[in-house]
Amino acid sequence: MPKQANFAAVDGLHTFPRLLFHHAQTRPDAPAMREKYLGIWQTWTWSDVAERVRALACGLAALGFKRGDNLAIIGDNRPHLYMMMTAAQCLGGVPVPLYQDAVAAEMLFVLQDAGIRFVVVEDQEQVDKMLEVKDQVPTLEHVIYDDPRGMRHYNQSFLHDIHELMEMGRIHDRNHADFLNREVEQGHFDDTSVMLYTSGTTGKPKGVCQTHASFIAAAQGGVQVDNLGPDGDILSYLPMAWVGDHLFSYAQALVAGFTINCPESGDTVMSDLREIGPTCYFAPPRVFESLLTSVMIRMEDAGKLKQKMFHHFMAVAKRCGADILDGKSVGLGERFQYWLGNLLVYGPLRNVLGMSRIRVAYTAGAAIGPDLFKFYRSIGINLKQFYGQTETCAYVCMQPDGQIKFDSVGQPAPGVEIKIADNGEVLVKGPMLLKEYYKRPDATAESINADGYFMTGDAGFLDEEGHLKIIDRAKDVGKLSNGAMFAPNYIENKLKFFQHIKEVVCFGHDRDMVCAFVNIDVGAVGNWAERRGIAYSGYADLAGKPEVLELIRECVEQVNADLVHDSMVADSQIHRFLVLHKELDPDDDELTRTRKVRRNFVAEKYKALIDALYAGKSNQFIETEVKFEDGRRGKISADLRIVDAKTFPIVKKAA
Amino acid sequence: MSKKIGDVILDLQNISLRFGGVKALTDISFNVKQHEIRAIIGPNGAGKSSMLNVINGVYHPQEGKIFWHGNERKKMEPHMAAQQNIARTFQNIALFKGMSVLDNIMTGRITKMKANFIEHALWFGRARKEELEHRKKVEEVIDFLEIQHIRKTPVGRLPYGLQKRVELGRALAAEPSMLLLDEPMAGMNVEEKQDMCRFILDVNDQFGTTIVLIEHDMGVVMDISDRVVVLDYGKKIGDGVPDEVKNNEDVIKAYLGAGH
Repeated sequence: MPKQANFAAVDGLHTFPRLLFHHAQTRPDAPAMREKYLGIWQTWTWSDVAERVRALACGLAALGFKRGDNLAIIGDNRPHLYMMMTAAQCLGGVPVPLYQDAVAAEMLFVLQDAGIRFVVVEDQEQVDKMLEVKDQVPTLEHVIYDDPRGMRHYNQSFLHDIHELMEMGRIHDRNHADFLNREVEQGHFDDTSVMLYTSGTTGKPKGVCQTHASFIAAAQGGVQVDNLGPDGDILSYLPMAWVGDHLFSYAQALVAGFTINCPESGDTVMSDLREIGPTCYFAPPRVFESLLTSVMIRMEDAGKLKQKMFHHFMAVAKRCGADILDGKSVGLGERFQYWLGNLLVYGPLRNVLGMSRIRVAYTAGAAIGPDLFKFYRSIGINLKQFYGQTETCAYVCMQPDGQIKFDSVGQPAPGVEIKIADNGEVLVKGPMLLKEYYKRPDATAESINADGYFMTGDAGFLDEEGHLKIIDRAKDVGKLSNGAMFAPNYIENKLKFFQHIKEVVCFGHDRDMVCAFVNIDVGAVGNWAERRGIAYSGYADLAGKPEVLELIRECVEQVNADLVHDSMVADSQIHRFLVLHKELDPDDDELTRTRKVRRNFVAEKYKALIDALYAGKSNQFIETEVKFEDGRRGKISADLRIVDAKTFPIVKKAA
Repeated sequence: MSKKIGDVILDLQNISLRFGGVKALTDISFNVKQHEIRAIIGPNGAGKSSMLNVINGVYHPQEGKIFWHGNERKKMEPHMAAQQNIARTFQNIALFKGMSVLDNIMTGRITKMKANFIEHALWFGRARKEELEHRKKVEEVIDFLEIQHIRKTPVGRLPYGLQKRVELGRALAAEPSMLLLDEPMAGMNVEEKQDMCRFILDVNDQFGTTIVLIEHDMGVVMDISDRVVVLDYGKKIGDGVPDEVKNNEDVIKAYLGAGH
């Protein structure tokens, strides 16, 4: 395999169009894109793609698209839409992908903000949205659609079929043979290559301008670390407007020259995954979780023999699978068992999951449970986490092979510098930083500090081996009275990974120790109690059982044992806890509708309990008003036992 | 929308159908024009499905004449209807439950297959080329009805609304010039009905297929059909565009259940 990672720098291939034409020249017949159309995978080679991009770019130019124009792209992952990105870049324009499931009104802001003149959309559904907002976007001149289905009765002159555009482009290209080459020549690595809008949970969305140089650098780094070659395949199914898709399906695909595969529709992703058998796969944690659940459910229905075999070899995998994947030394006997298991269980299982050819699978976006993470690694799937933002091309930390820790997001990626600010905030610097927020110099200045570091807004720390652990949003992090950092979410997440624990609220800001409220998972604990013959009448009764308190204490102590290894959070061990007599409920305003704990409200409401925790009492009586589902109000009361958990002495290591 | 309704292609004159002493249809005449959506409505037992079965050649009326493209039709069997490009769906879904969606729709192509049994069995000669062509057509139908995700799923495992859609798919695979739909929306929820309406309108619009449908949902009938014929107790009591039918005294009476 030729070393692809550095050629961009060597050959002066520092923009995406140049990369594309380079691939078309050096490996014209290699597959660049696939799309399942009418049940059959259709392949475009690099030279096909280059020809179409050329036609599309010339077509855009013929319609009047100019250097510096923004091109909105709206639709599912379709080859033509990816080609449109390169076409716009050929002309020095900037593609602006939008989330395709947004309603027209939500798209309006971006269309206005980016001063969109040209839009390319997937189908009739998106065309209708454009027609709906056209009056409010005075700059909008042309709408190009990919799928002509249902478009027969649309006769507005500003609507163009993408195939007509290509025809127009081919004619333009014949008449001005030099035109496109000159345009591509003018492209510079410092030009903005793409504009990705942040989701805007706080305030209006902001357009993040990234240059060719930054995305190429980010892609090269990833390709290098995970050794992605031109023979790879990736399934492109996540929204094109998301930075991760742009990195994997666009930047890395063009840098490394691997094939992107577009699924038939959103509903067919799982079967398309099996058919393609990608070498590189990305999914958020919940997808991995639901895959595992479906496997487990189907195993329950399998015959006795199969079940026995499955459980035996899963135990083997649990013992040594992850180590074998990491290249650590494992005894010969275990190795043989794992080899046998691979033949009988893991291999077929990977095949069912569509992961037989996986070299690397990524997850990000939320905390992934250690058991889940270990399960995939133990059956030989190289699952990794990574960390990054839109502003950093989703490229800050990566987990190199052989150094995977489930609770860290890995080491700084090549070329990236990480610094932890005094308040615990993660600061990053490197070639992948954003150029600016579109038309928002104020926001740009705010997010990058005087030393050129981007402020991520996440709190985290580097452990002894230089792995970054993200613990919380910076604004939620507090301090214990001895000055040590207190990150409630980090501790709570660790506890919530236990199946018996549903919800946790930790307290500790400005206090001398950390204490916690726990909600048990009534399903899991109820099941546990039944198997042990423990009778109970309801949640409050179950939550008060000494056996249950003992069970939760074990969980808390395991977390403490875990916390003590990290000097940053070792002080946050949970000293005392209690199991609440009722479940925290959005109806009682204790949780938000998206089931996030309303920390301050809970602290206020259960002040008596918090006082008891910190006063060293062994039990506390509490009466709480509750709202029933039919709107009636009632009171429940309980005498809660407060449990002391074992904490571990902190061993200070020399840093 | 520029829809061109053409000439009369199916003309039924004075049709009467008896099962022994039971008069299912009495002296009914109406016609169907090319490219239109023609609804047949009426209370339970009015003879709607019998009417469809007469058109389709399952029942043979004792009296009356049927003209298909201007030629009088002699006694006809259902397979002859299929050869004349008339396809239908059934009130109770009649699919092969154990077979995949793809295979079920493939059966809709059966009248178009020319290779013989031996060739098919051995996957040889014409059969091979033919199957690829038919598969392409079937895939177009799958794409049209947006059922790619269940292509390989056995029909028996699908929810009712999707099974109905698959049945429509099988009928469409025959590339019919006339499509008979027997209660295509019965038992569906609002969303499934909306989808089905859209597909029916799209079939009519894009392929120019003439559609005769039986339906109980008056909202749907009045919305999508060009002309409506109303039956009650085997007799025709109304015929015309939806607005006329809606205001027809006899129709209102029949639906409000006035005494006979």
